[in-house]
Amino acid sequence: MTDEKPRDSAVAVGLIYPELLGTYGDRGNAVVLVQRARWRGIPAELVEIAAGDPIPDNLDVYIFGGGEDDPMEMAAAGMRSSKAAIERAHRGGAVVLAICGGYQLIGHRYTAFDGEVLEGIGIVDLETNAGSPRLIGEIVVQPLPNDVWGEHGPPRALTGFENHGGRTTLGPDVAPLGRVLAGGGNGDGSEVEGVLEERIIGTYLHGPVLPRNPELADRILGWVAGDIVPLDATLEQSLRLSRLDAGMVKGTRKWIQDRMLARG
Amino acid sequence: MSASTRTKVGVVAGRFAGWLSRTITRGQGATISGRVINKIAPNALQELAEGQRVTLVSATNGKTTTTRFLATALAADGRTVTTNSTGANLASGIAPTLAKATGPGEAVLEVDERVLSKMVDPLAVELLVLGNLSRDQLDRYGEVHALSAAWRETTEAHPELAVIANSSDPHVVWAAMPAKVTWVALGLGWRSDAATCPECGALLSWSVDRFDCPSCGFAQPETENRLDGTDLVLDGERIPLSIALPGTWNLANAALAVMAAAHLGVEPSVAAGALDTVTSVAGRYMSVPLGDSREARVLLAKNPAGWTEVLRFLHHRDTAVVIAVNARVADGKDPSWLWDVPYELLRGKQTAAAGERRLDVAVRLRYAEVDYAIEPDPIMAARALPGDEVHIVATYTQFSALYRKFGYGQ
Repeated sequence: MTDEKPRDSAVAVGLIYPELLGTYGDRGNAVVLVQRARWRGIPAELVEIAAGDPIPDNLDVYIFGGGEDDPMEMAAAGMRSSKAAIERAHRGGAVVLAICGGYQLIGHRYTAFDGEVLEGIGIVDLETNAGSPRLIGEIVVQPLPNDVWGEHGPPRALTGFENHGGRTTLGPDVAPLGRVLAGGGNGDGSEVEGVLEERIIGTYLHGPVLPRNPELADRILGWVAGDIVPLDATLEQSLRLSRLDAGMVKGTRKWIQDRMLARG
Repeated sequence: MSASTRTKVGVVAGRFAGWLSRTITRGQGATISGRVINKIAPNALQELAEGQRVTLVSATNGKTTTTRFLATALAADGRTVTTNSTGANLASGIAPTLAKATGPGEAVLEVDERVLSKMVDPLAVELLVLGNLSRDQLDRYGEVHALSAAWRETTEAHPELAVIANSSDPHVVWAAMPAKVTWVALGLGWRSDAATCPECGALLSWSVDRFDCPSCGFAQPETENRLDGTDLVLDGERIPLSIALPGTWNLANAALAVMAAAHLGVEPSVAAGALDTVTSVAGRYMSVPLGDSREARVLLAKNPAGWTEVLRFLHHRDTAVVIAVNARVADGKDPSWLWDVPYELLRGKQTAAAGERRLDVAVRLRYAEVDYAIEPDPIMAARALPGDEVHIVATYTQFSALYRKFGYGQ
């Protein structure tokens, strides 16, 4: 953990290249962090970093979303040229939340079907290959124990919607975010989802992920703002539970189908 | 069996299937009847289109309304018009539409963006009308760029094909360019799906009223034809578009329709003068009774671009709003677009979250700091809201349910 120091400025939640990395509502993650900070009386602001601009090193949260092919290439180029700033900020206590395409780009590389390689920024030891079929649908992930979660232990099961063709393999010393209870996740046969490092979360969960999982949102906020007071999340938890139900029903149906098919 | 007998049998069988569908399931029957026709008579489209001058209308948003406007404009000029007025816009819906034609005339057909390319050859199309392309049901259909690439293959294969196209949409421009295009600038609306150049992938540069690519030179085509307030400026002439349908987006639909009618030989003022007779299009903009002397107006919004237009419209009105959202296959199973749309524009209004995904809507409204109630049924939700004016904005399957219940005769 970094030293907790009193904040002298608003929490700056950075939405990186929203025009390029915003295909699936990932802006919602930034909105939720800003609002849950403000509702607690913690000043917070949403800072959009426009495509083509350098990524600054003074943000508290760096949110990378998912995008289409051409925009992904543009985004990767911008992220690579700002790699030093992102690393500097992370060392200084900032959080990286990387979703889907953004998750792939914080790793070493993404290799497409035709063998073409898109270089990431490699701040986490992982790489992704294009796979088939595309993994689309509700996903449920049980976060795994990890020192990163601190005294609270891991948050409860996460719900999201995944939509990706990537098969992501983690390096030997890197821990996943959680275990897949329903859906595809990293999709490389490991039955795990995402990546979790000190103040870095990479995941395939859209939905977007934070509006559906207020506990995860508050963990991230705690990492940048220190101790935070509890905040009502009854509505968000109702949404989360309804999506957990939907995801688990789908997962169970698939589990039964797989067993029946295996039996012939 | 000769081909034409095949087609006749196919059409009769298809109509029977459609009747069954309407009778048993209260569907509109066009899709199932088309499937039957296509199965029995694979050449039905070519044969049925004989004697028809075919115009195809496609876009992510507005194709049903633009089609209705164009059909209305042609009818006002005394033409015989065949059109798919129920919005059945796949190959399976188009065959039964053409089969209903009683003689030679104009066929004005709305086609789904994904099947446009497959329709151009069999129907020997005279004119394409292309409105806009943006993200829609991404979990099912893949990406915007793939759609515009498919359109472009068609125009490259038909460089002599006449096209009326919106010059303000980069994807449409890139798709239409290889053909013989008459451009009209409909204004820049939703641009979140066009950050990069369709031609070379570089970042597009956007100004208030135009786009261009600093890297390869791809740019918004120059044209004097444009939507200017509530007027269409066409060949230097200013044509007022007085329409009964709400919203800026319908002025854009009207402008496209008048452009297309003019291409087909209708005097623009005659075409424009007929458009105010259109008050509801396949249930869009219909009014439904709330049972307490009030009525709610129903708007269909299928994707972020459509929602954004609708919210801008509602923002300026003193109205209560029901947001009715499902996420079934026909809606797109991923409602994450809720977070791409500025619900903040509803601040200060009374709203309700309805539909199967009302909790997703409610969470979105909470974070937008909009007051909301939660009620599954959109009519019950509307009834519980105060005020003289209520709008129900619905995704496709929510809208369809309302249309089935209240839409006949509208």
